[in-house]
Amino acid sequence: MHSNNYTLGFVFIVTIILGSMLSFTKDSIKDLQEENLKADVQKTILRSLKFDESLLQTNELIEQTFKSYIDAKCVNIEGVIVECAIEEIDIEKNVDVLPVYIRKDNNEIKGIALPVAGKGLWSTIFGYIALNPDTDSVLGIQFYKHGETPGLGGEVEKKWFTDNFINHPQEDSSGSITYVPKKIRDSNGKIVSIKVVKGGVDYSDTNMESIHQVDGISGATVTADGVTDFLLEDLLRYEKTLDKIRDYGTI
Amino acid sequence: MELFNSESKKIISDPINVNNPISLQVLGICSALAVTIRLDQAIIMTLAVIFVLCSSNVILSIIRNYIPNRVRIVIMLSVIASLVSVVDELLKAYLYDMSKQLSVFVGLIITNCIIMGRAEAFALKNGPSKAFLDGIGNGFGYGLIIIIVSFFRELFGAGTITLPDGGAGYVLWRIPESWYAAGYENIGLLVLSPGAFIILGLVIWVQREMAGVEEDA
Repeated sequence: MHSNNYTLGFVFIVTIILGSMLSFTKDSIKDLQEENLKADVQKTILRSLKFDESLLQTNELIEQTFKSYIDAKCVNIEGVIVECAIEEIDIEKNVDVLPVYIRKDNNEIKGIALPVAGKGLWSTIFGYIALNPDTDSVLGIQFYKHGETPGLGGEVEKKWFTDNFINHPQEDSSGSITYVPKKIRDSNGKIVSIKVVKGGVDYSDTNMESIHQVDGISGATVTADGVTDFLLEDLLRYEKTLDKIRDYGTI
Repeated sequence: MELFNSESKKIISDPINVNNPISLQVLGICSALAVTIRLDQAIIMTLAVIFVLCSSNVILSIIRNYIPNRVRIVIMLSVIASLVSVVDELLKAYLYDMSKQLSVFVGLIITNCIIMGRAEAFALKNGPSKAFLDGIGNGFGYGLIIIIVSFFRELFGAGTITLPDGGAGYVLWRIPESWYAAGYENIGLLVLSPGAFIILGLVIWVQREMAGVEEDA
């Protein structure tokens, strides 16, 4: 049996050694990790704007694509462009300076990506929703950071869930079904956002709201309600900006 | 001690076959169920587990005569937890996409019963070289099973075979469209956790049958 002092001393030394090993590792690769994080955010924006996957293969390629096609600006709640350090904005807390990422091909707006963030069940979910130039129909949505349960709330980042937002089945007069994007504005042009519906969307003719609804995730009602809430809240912040783009084709 | 005498070979081969940590001892199946949706995830997870298992075995074996018995579990846990954190940080730096997909399960290697089990049952009683071989053996024993499980889950569940490539994975082969056109369908159940249980159960059965293990009545 070892003495108490020996035991304490031993634990102390082991703690020091393991602690130094950890901080040394973290310190030597921190830059690389931050680069990855930044590229991941840019990749999310580009993905929501439906850039081809071949342009998103490496960090360098992502940065290059981002630089050449994305016009990043900040607006205030009135839809007026303001100066900002766009990378330092805290998307969750900030309400005064709002980032907007515009995809431009040959000076023509092809899509508008807006950051969305809010509480799910365990964590804040971060993502981007991209709209078509009509500022009504969804071009794409992507989530990149969350701490929801894998397999339940964590499904928000999966393709089947995000594809919900761009695949609204529509039956034409001949009875064949085509898929159109979901819409964030009602017939009067007011922003109503998109609701995540428990149990799945009712596509019968009596449900007039189905164009503003997507299927929920079984076992993740709280996460889904969170997504519904922050989508509406965040889109409303951009209402004036989106109106401007719709009416004038520019901010 | 000669490195590859019959005893060393036994230390390596036993856990791969007749004393497999997953299929015989049924340890570490939490991660075996979670990371076996795709082959590339299973391969990276195997490498991570082999690294942690070998390093923790060797480190603990070197200091085994100095560890006060009263705090040995705490010491084992801290060594294992630190190694796992290192792996987690390295993945975030060099294999970011993979680290996102494996998410919490890399961190959960800490609670993988195989690693604590081998530290307590083997590393604290044997020298570093034997402990290293034991780590290799058990790591491959674990890897063999989860790679088999993930191969079948991905092939029949998602219709692809994906290898790790540092990014989002390289699709080695996918079931041709003509098969789907002819009426073939992926088995969605296999992608879900119950599918993992079913495949794992089958693998355990086959493996025990082949190793000739009989359960005591």
